[in-house]
Amino acid sequence: MDLSYSDADLAFQVDIRQWLKDRLPQDLSEKVRSGKRLQKGDFLAWHEMLRERGFLAQMWPVEHGGTGWTAAEKAIFDEECIAAAAPRVVPFGLNMLGPVLIKYGNQEQKDYYLPRILNDDDFWCQGYSEPGSGSDLASVKTSAVKDGDQWVINGQKTWTTLAHFADHIFCLCRTDPNAAKPQEGISFILVPMSTPGVEVRPIYTLEGEHEVNEVFLTDVRVPLENIVGEENKGWTLAKYLLTFERTGIANVGNSKASIKGIKRAASKVQKNGKPLLDDPYFSARLGEVEIDLLALEVFNNRIVAAAGAGKAPGAESSLLKIKGTQILQETNDLSRRAAGPYAVPDLPEAFDPGWNGEAPGPEFALTAARKYFNNRKTSIYGGSNEIQRNIVTKAILGL
Amino acid sequence: MDFELSEERQMLKDTADRFIREQYTIEKRHAAVGGDDGFDRALWGELCELGLPSALVSPEAGGFGGTGEDIALVFEALGRGLLVEPFLPTLCATMALAEHKADIVESVIEGGTLIAWAHVEPDAYYSPSHVATNLNADGSLSGAKAVVINGGTADWLVVTARSVGDVAEENGLGLFLVDTKADGVEITSHKSIDGPHIAEVTLTNAPAEPLGMAGAGWPLIEKILAAGTLAVSAEAIGAMEVAKDMTLEYLKERKQFGKPIGANQVLQHRMVDMLLELEQARSAVMLAANTFEADRDLREKNVSAAKNLVGRAGRLIAEEAIQMHGGIAMTWEYAGPHYAKRIIMIDHLFGDTDHHLDRFIRIGREMDASAG
Repeated sequence: MDLSYSDADLAFQVDIRQWLKDRLPQDLSEKVRSGKRLQKGDFLAWHEMLRERGFLAQMWPVEHGGTGWTAAEKAIFDEECIAAAAPRVVPFGLNMLGPVLIKYGNQEQKDYYLPRILNDDDFWCQGYSEPGSGSDLASVKTSAVKDGDQWVINGQKTWTTLAHFADHIFCLCRTDPNAAKPQEGISFILVPMSTPGVEVRPIYTLEGEHEVNEVFLTDVRVPLENIVGEENKGWTLAKYLLTFERTGIANVGNSKASIKGIKRAASKVQKNGKPLLDDPYFSARLGEVEIDLLALEVFNNRIVAAAGAGKAPGAESSLLKIKGTQILQETNDLSRRAAGPYAVPDLPEAFDPGWNGEAPGPEFALTAARKYFNNRKTSIYGGSNEIQRNIVTKAILGL
Repeated sequence: MDFELSEERQMLKDTADRFIREQYTIEKRHAAVGGDDGFDRALWGELCELGLPSALVSPEAGGFGGTGEDIALVFEALGRGLLVEPFLPTLCATMALAEHKADIVESVIEGGTLIAWAHVEPDAYYSPSHVATNLNADGSLSGAKAVVINGGTADWLVVTARSVGDVAEENGLGLFLVDTKADGVEITSHKSIDGPHIAEVTLTNAPAEPLGMAGAGWPLIEKILAAGTLAVSAEAIGAMEVAKDMTLEYLKERKQFGKPIGANQVLQHRMVDMLLELEQARSAVMLAANTFEADRDLREKNVSAAKNLVGRAGRLIAEEAIQMHGGIAMTWEYAGPHYAKRIIMIDHLFGDTDHHLDRFIRIGREMDASAG
């Protein structure tokens, strides 16, 4: 048994690290590091860098212009990017719709959309959740009714990340309201957001930021050929897409970066004349999280290795999601503790790209409480940890 | 034993609860927090007319309350409404002024004057006696104060400063009154993650008037900090109660998979844990309030016990309230997360969970040792 990466993987890691060092612009990584609000142009600039090197489509097979990476390579790449404070890849076109089109799209759809996704001609967002359909996604109510050669779509989507940047949305729509099971009457339909009747309204999150939206669809008409896969069989596509949402689900890279930041910060904060890092209460909390993360990395690699050998990541990824979010959230909790009284001040203006004011306390404290509160979402989205436990209960325990 | 409130306190509680229920809304709070002052001046005026700030002040100092039970009762009501008006600085600063400045205390509790408590310093973390602000030979003050609640709107600051001793020593501290309009006083106000505005204060040879003997202020400073700790602990109880109630309502109302999510036993049991931890924390706060007038060791030990338990229960309740609501609790528009934010950020005022655990252990051991 060898729990370390293979020589090939390590060489890959060195290569990625060097490439990031050479190519990732410092102003962009500084924006990410200091938690600035990223603009559409920031994401597109990062995509351009990835595209030049052929790193953009990380979930696609080589024949479609993808990297063809193994799960281990993908995991290494993600971790290096987080460590270097690169922006994230906007996943909706590249990591969600792309794989769905490759598996379920017709030739015309593949020929038209895939190059446009690769080229960032279209900015996609994900029309899944609805106000009444979160955990119970199969209960979506947004309806698509045939009228001549068009679908007429009515309904409301919510939590639509970056819809305010997007020009296209893929929607789960109910096309057979009388199906025996809710899963059986759903279709997967592509909608240009310039179509009359599409309206995007911002949702402000608990710390006051705009990242997610509501998307209202009122008598939105799109051609019948905008359906992907078979009519009423959209649930199959929906579930397939969600398996791609699960890569990197253990958040190992994020938690590692977070712990590194905490150590840096807590070595400077003084508690009773000593670095907070040496405080027995704080260091005990931090030590436990580090042990949890050490174990999770091995656990994650076990699952990733199994997937690399040709097995799809199964219900085990639910376990990774639960523990991964617990650990990440615990690191955020430690970071707010380290900020002490300076966790309280909040300077929303500090996250504007041009801000060059002075933080009232240590710089890390500016984002400590925000990250703590914002990352509560990680155990809610993408299937809440309760839903993940239901999956494990059924699929692994057989209860 | 008697767990009933006295008739006067019951009336005070009813008055506070009714006013907040009928006159206060989350929209009013958002408007106040989004404005320059960070609170609603008109509403503060009404609260003063109602006598709520007076309930925090002892009869000797011109109020009609000021006991631990009064403090807990008022702040628990404030926590239920999530008020951002300047009760906390009023409580702390009037305690410092009580024996020396009856006129200012009177004006503060009538709503004519605003006052802030400037004690925490940039490098203090949670050490209560870490004060570097210096009493200069000419009686002026020089130094920096951090995270001063409502500091930006205050007419006066009550400032702690050192005349002798090393930076963390309890001996050598005193209390001083500083006019915010005086030369050498620089105040920068900021928003906070959970509502009340806070300020960074720089004093450069700022004129100051001593409140009591310079260098001998620690016993009173410690008692003021105990009052503040008790106050925010009680406020957290009120906020936790609402967070718990909102979660319970949501479990009954939100349907997924064709049934209310509250029909899931796992959520039922987690709801029970929220209730249980709330009642544990409430009990600890009741004890701290009850022994606030006792001798120093007992008062401090019980205050630290309460703050530690509030910190632990608060984290559980705030996090579970968000988790069990799901996505809706991540939105600004819903009131729930604002309760969660306040509950968590109370852990950052007057010492966090770990600070008070350490303090509880230390004081407990000292008491055991002296009891033989």
